[in-house]
Amino acid sequence: MSVEARERRQPWILLSPALGAVTLLLLVPLAFIVVYSFWLRSAVGADTPGFHLDNWQRALTDPFFRYILLNTLKIAAITTVICALLGYPAAYFIARSRGNKLILLLLLMLPFWISYIIRTMSWINILGSSGALNTALMSVGVISEPIRMLYNEGTVILGLVHFLLPFMVLNIYVSLEGIDTNLEDAATSLGATRWQAFLQVTLPLSLPGLAAGGLLCFVLGAGTYITPLILGGPRDAMFANLVFEAIITQLNWPMGSALSLLLLMVLGVLVAIYNRYLGMSQLTKGLG
Amino acid sequence: MSAVELNNIVKRFGAFTAVEKTSLSIPEGAFVTLLGPSGCGKTTTLRMIAGLLDPTEGEIVIGGRRVNDVPIHKRNLGLVFQNYALFPHKTVAENVAFGLRYRKVPRDEITRRVRDALELVQLPQLGDRYPKALSGGQQQRIALARAIVIEPDVLLLDEPLSALDANLREDMRVELKRIQERIGVTTVFVTHDQSEALAMSDRIVVMSNGRVEQVGAPEEVYTTPASEFVARFLGASNILEGRCLSRGPEGAVLEVPVFGTVRVPSARAPHLGGAGPAKLVVRAEKLILREAPARDALSAPATIEAVDYQGQAARYFLRAGDTALQAINMIDARPFPAGAQVHMTLRPQDCAALPG
Repeated sequence: MSVEARERRQPWILLSPALGAVTLLLLVPLAFIVVYSFWLRSAVGADTPGFHLDNWQRALTDPFFRYILLNTLKIAAITTVICALLGYPAAYFIARSRGNKLILLLLLMLPFWISYIIRTMSWINILGSSGALNTALMSVGVISEPIRMLYNEGTVILGLVHFLLPFMVLNIYVSLEGIDTNLEDAATSLGATRWQAFLQVTLPLSLPGLAAGGLLCFVLGAGTYITPLILGGPRDAMFANLVFEAIITQLNWPMGSALSLLLLMVLGVLVAIYNRYLGMSQLTKGLG
Repeated sequence: MSAVELNNIVKRFGAFTAVEKTSLSIPEGAFVTLLGPSGCGKTTTLRMIAGLLDPTEGEIVIGGRRVNDVPIHKRNLGLVFQNYALFPHKTVAENVAFGLRYRKVPRDEITRRVRDALELVQLPQLGDRYPKALSGGQQQRIALARAIVIEPDVLLLDEPLSALDANLREDMRVELKRIQERIGVTTVFVTHDQSEALAMSDRIVVMSNGRVEQVGAPEEVYTTPASEFVARFLGASNILEGRCLSRGPEGAVLEVPVFGTVRVPSARAPHLGGAGPAKLVVRAEKLILREAPARDALSAPATIEAVDYQGQAARYFLRAGDTALQAINMIDARPFPAGAQVHMTLRPQDCAALPG
């Protein structure tokens, strides 16, 4: 075998375990879901194989589904903006701190050691009618009976921000780390104030990290069903809850498949737009 | 009037003292170099002048105004970094124009001054490019243009040539000096490279461990070092420890190993008070190797232990009894081989004397 042929083959040999895993665990199940989405659920509960567009027609035209989809995108967008506003100063602080950077990063990762479900449920103990906040307010006499704080859109967003903030901070942190601190010094030496130097130099250079964090928060936020299930009221369902409902409650796998593919496509388009304008490389940088 | 004055400045980081009580006066229009090994406090001093660090004690005066409490963006200084620090998301012209935008300069004047600055650094055609499309040397010229276009009171250069290739570095050295002379701006240059310091400076400030060891013109610092550190840091020196027998107006008489009695001219022994322990500084290039002893100079036999061939010159590592010495001689026909027995010759007026 020639050296060139061997060198060409080597990356594929190294990639093959990962490619095998992705194919087996991701692409094959996805293919099943695509096939399922064209089946029909008959009245007796058995699925009818075939090529039927009924599920797709309903998924695309039902106004309730459209309302939930738009609401999902709205909640994900609000969550992303809040994460960006809260995450940027935190990331900046970590990137500019000297000695304790590792500890701060470790603290940032710490929540991942606890199950996301447990972390989400912890808000019930804080905001519930006999939770910490209500108990505290009642004991100091600010209120006489518990305020209803849980199970609305606000608590869903709160739970999502709690879940997604570290992803945002990490992505912004990575891009800030890559910016030479001399650039801000150079800008101030030329007459810019610290704030002007930040707006003119650091902020634009960190935008790719902000965008990568934004994409991650948006996609993860829009795809979640646990947060609205635990912290939302009946009217706060998100699109993934519809999939959950169809598959787990109604046992309507064909409909659930069509809905989950619809969500996948909507988020896929957003990722494609991001990739078109900013490139995927920044995202991989943020994850690594 | 001094352009920059440092009065007893001290900089401490926690328990570590980076700069110890330092006073320095930099004349208007001068090219002053802070020279020393890494960690000597030269960059810390520069950053204090720039306003990037606050001195723990002491006073910094620029143009007759105390600037301790003046933030960096109001000091009107030009700052050039080793790694250029060009804004990667702005074009060359936008980089150069950056400082002018904060100075209420009308738009057409900005265009004109940017063009003039780019011409001064001989890169007039690169205004539309982005920094990453430029070579290191070009980036450093743009960084220089960006710093001088604002007509700074003082130009501060932090090892601006260190990141460049050896050949390019020497070209940029000449270029930098030419530009500085043309615009006449007071310049503080930080480097660890003695040849840069010697070639470019009006005055050299040699620093070590946070202290100023010597301030003087390049020739003065080189020929008459004020301390053993300066003698060793600039060029290659042999330092022979001995005694000063007498010190008079016409010179100092030293008794040292290898060469015996040496009469050093008074001008080369300014720091030597009188009789007592003393050191003789012999520059490696002043120690001339010959096959036979010289009559008109001091002479001593030695053995060559190793030869470091450098093309036009050779560096010899010598041994005379217990004393190791080095000599750098131009190569006439061919260098002496290792192991050869030679005579080291030396003119007393080429030596300098230091207190012991």
